[in-house]
Amino acid sequence: MLTKLTGGRIIDPSQGINDKVGDLYIQDGRIIDPPSDAKIDEEINLRGKIVMAGAIDMHTHIGGGKVNIARTMLPEDHAADVIARTELMRSGCGHAAPSTLSAGYRYAEMGYTAGFEPAILPVNARQAHMEMHDTPIIDKGGYVMLGSDDFLLRMMAANKDQEAINNYVAWTITHSQAVGVKVVNPGGINAFKFNQRKLDLDEENAYYGITPRDILHRLARAVNELGVPHPLHVHGCNLGVPGNMGTTLDTITGIEGLPMHMTHIQFHSYGIEGDFKFSSGAAEIAEAINANKNITVDVGQILFGQTVTASGDNMRQHAGHSHAHPNKWVSMDIECEAGCGVVPFKYKDQSYVNALQWMIGLETFLLVDDPWRIFLTTDHPNGAPFTSYPHLIRLLMDKTFRNDIMSRLHPEAQAASHLASVEREYSLYEIAIMTRAGAAKLVGLSDRGRLSKGAAADITVYTEHEDKEKMFSKPDYVFKDGQMVVKDGNLIHVSWGTTHVVKPDYDESIEKELKPYFDRFHTMKMGNHKISDDEIIDDGRGSLTVQPLHAGGPI
Amino acid sequence: MAESNDVCVFHEVASPFCGIASDDLTIEVSGQTVSVIENGDAITKKGFETQITDTEPRIDGQEVSLEEAIAKAADIVNASQQPVIGGMASDINGIRAAMALADKTGATVDSMDSDSAFRNLLVLQDTGWMTTTLTEVRNRVDLLLVVGSDIEADYPRFYERMVWNEVSLFDQDTSSRDVIYLGKAPSGDTSTSPNGQKAQVLACDDNDLPEVLSVLRALVNGKVIQAEQVSGLTLVDLSDLAEKLKQAAYSVVAWASGSMQFDHAEVSIQMLNEMIKDLNETTRSSGLPLGGKEGSTSVYNVSSWQSGYPMRTSFNRGYPDYDPYLFDSKSMLANGEADSLVWVSSFNVDRTPPETGAPTVVIGRSGMTFDQEPAVFIPVGVPGIDHAGRSFRGDSSVAVPLRKLRDSGLPSTFDVLSAIEQAL
Repeated sequence: MLTKLTGGRIIDPSQGINDKVGDLYIQDGRIIDPPSDAKIDEEINLRGKIVMAGAIDMHTHIGGGKVNIARTMLPEDHAADVIARTELMRSGCGHAAPSTLSAGYRYAEMGYTAGFEPAILPVNARQAHMEMHDTPIIDKGGYVMLGSDDFLLRMMAANKDQEAINNYVAWTITHSQAVGVKVVNPGGINAFKFNQRKLDLDEENAYYGITPRDILHRLARAVNELGVPHPLHVHGCNLGVPGNMGTTLDTITGIEGLPMHMTHIQFHSYGIEGDFKFSSGAAEIAEAINANKNITVDVGQILFGQTVTASGDNMRQHAGHSHAHPNKWVSMDIECEAGCGVVPFKYKDQSYVNALQWMIGLETFLLVDDPWRIFLTTDHPNGAPFTSYPHLIRLLMDKTFRNDIMSRLHPEAQAASHLASVEREYSLYEIAIMTRAGAAKLVGLSDRGRLSKGAAADITVYTEHEDKEKMFSKPDYVFKDGQMVVKDGNLIHVSWGTTHVVKPDYDESIEKELKPYFDRFHTMKMGNHKISDDEIIDDGRGSLTVQPLHAGGPI
Repeated sequence: MAESNDVCVFHEVASPFCGIASDDLTIEVSGQTVSVIENGDAITKKGFETQITDTEPRIDGQEVSLEEAIAKAADIVNASQQPVIGGMASDINGIRAAMALADKTGATVDSMDSDSAFRNLLVLQDTGWMTTTLTEVRNRVDLLLVVGSDIEADYPRFYERMVWNEVSLFDQDTSSRDVIYLGKAPSGDTSTSPNGQKAQVLACDDNDLPEVLSVLRALVNGKVIQAEQVSGLTLVDLSDLAEKLKQAAYSVVAWASGSMQFDHAEVSIQMLNEMIKDLNETTRSSGLPLGGKEGSTSVYNVSSWQSGYPMRTSFNRGYPDYDPYLFDSKSMLANGEADSLVWVSSFNVDRTPPETGAPTVVIGRSGMTFDQEPAVFIPVGVPGIDHAGRSFRGDSSVAVPLRKLRDSGLPSTFDVLSAIEQAL
């Protein structure tokens, strides 16, 4: 089957192509060079349409224990948003915490073809993968959480060499079937179990004497030396705390040039100026990002309305439980590895703090100058559900629209921000970088996010529209691995995406330490902790795609 | 059925039969005979060792082929206006297939252990909680408070694995851990420490727990109580307990909702969990809901991720519709609201369907016997014995892999339910 997509306006930043009319050829799910004489089986006329690679959400909580707690505890949020079964689609529901099936359909209908769960506990990886297995169409993968796990902190307290740490990190990535490594409130989730209520960058864990700074260094080095393409994914210290921008700046410079991705940076960019003792640190943070080329960020934009916050950071979630709306919340300690906290939340446009959070996120987007190093997220569902992405894209691309909304927010928040005077509007090319080419590069997907030869034919086609929210809400076509799955914004075919992983090398001697550790201290055996390739393939519709490693450092 | 006289020994086998899902079992398989030879207990032995009897499906008591049985089951579901898929005791893939079938046929899904599970789920949905998991308990607990439950009856190895473990991660002398029972007294002595220290028991009737827990929470919060006695317990003892909870560095409050069979036990469980939240203003304390035997934790997890809601969800209107009271399968059947039942029970031959006049399809473990022969009986393999699978532990964060231990030729629940869906 050879398909030709004819005459679209191609935007593919991976090749530096910006709105150039051209044809694409698809065979066996891949983009191929123009064939010299082969018969075209199907031709689709895309003249006048905008053609991009399928979008990639590099940070979205779509599967795993805390997401499922959020689903289970929010029946009232689902009830307003039920989705009936069709011939093609299973029924489902959920606005803030959608069912897995609905999440897959909705992502595809928005032109997204991949999403990455950013917080997979090793011990909960089986559940995360089972949920993602039930998420149709999109590709998926996840970042495995380390940094509050007893084994790592114990190794660090014993001053084990970096090679030993690298081995443990590689073993964990491999057997959790992950594509990267995440650290959440480094050491803080662990410290909460010892009743510490905050842990600043240089504050010691009461038991191990280890600081978050040490943990970040060790893990960032491990990821880099193992050649894992995705840099250490960091949810920093002091999330949501007024004045946390100092810690964030210190974290950026403190990593000393190692590649590091700082996630939902909006929640870490707060000052303490003004009558409310809460101010925007976005300008300083953006300046630091601009100056430190080793740093990438995603924003974690908040948008107004009901959502639910689900995080591994139970230290900070517990501290914020009084803001729960509706008033119910969960905090868990998990298996001497990590924890989680789930707190429903309603962002209100007449709240000074929430309005300023909205502005801080947008300021960050607009003040960071390199779109290859900043990514479009709401930290779904923590800042807002992923279904609000078209709205967010319009906020970035349309200054008038942005300023109109801003003018309706809490007046003192408006006065506290320079957002209204920011002229920048994102271009389609820049949106394509953030959501396609840049995201693929960041996650380490060699065959996605681009429209050049050999790439998977994950393609989204839009009609350009003055109203960018409209444009990005309903693509004309979405192709997943060459198969048309969406037409005129509606799903027409259900396929099942692959799971992207990396398999860094490790020395098997690590199991000589891990096996007795599991036997003595854990309630599951090491062998049962590991997730086999067969479990990802599961009933046959799953698959694994092993992404190539970079040239690593010494191991 | 494949016959073999070879004896195979499997190590580190996980048990789906009890909520703590011990995965250190050694199991010997000789032909179709399975024996737990290391680390077994009454529950895992019964679970693994129950023999295969019937392997042929039946329609109205007459042996038929699997294809005929599946066709008949599909006919029953097709002819039904309001089917119920009950029991739901299977591995993840069996439950997935049940959800898919329910979605397609407009059925209502329910679990055989819903009464127990909802005592917890209603709390989760109303106020939430702070909980912990088994490995944290094993390494951190300094005070274990057991409320309204006799843990060892349903979780025989709980103390061996989670409390009296010789070594723990944080330099604790585990034998000095405090164990206190509030409500029921323990039926055995596994809660007695290796030093011979017996658990303290503050005994009261189940029906008095609502009052006792209210007072305990008040005492934790420093409220002054005028009474000197509460439901037979002295205020001195309760004050002492409140003080111990406040002084503990990592107390764990365990309850088995299945044992708390009094009216509106969920309100008492909520009281307990609000007390745990209060304690966490100054120290650490966590709840440990014990449950999840025979796949019941898997049911609410799969149902929640696929539909947004736990069980007691109806697909009759074409979309998931959740009501923990209206969609109680027992009352739906008793009131004649449901007109067919697909009963899934692949772990335990004693868990048979409720008596009902509605035509019933049983997807059940071989060896199951019935007072009332169902319209269709399809014997299936046991997850973790006859086929591979996965099952959630009672603490929900952990799912264990289940292995295929023998080649019985019995189909899995997933195979059968998927075939029924195909045959509709």
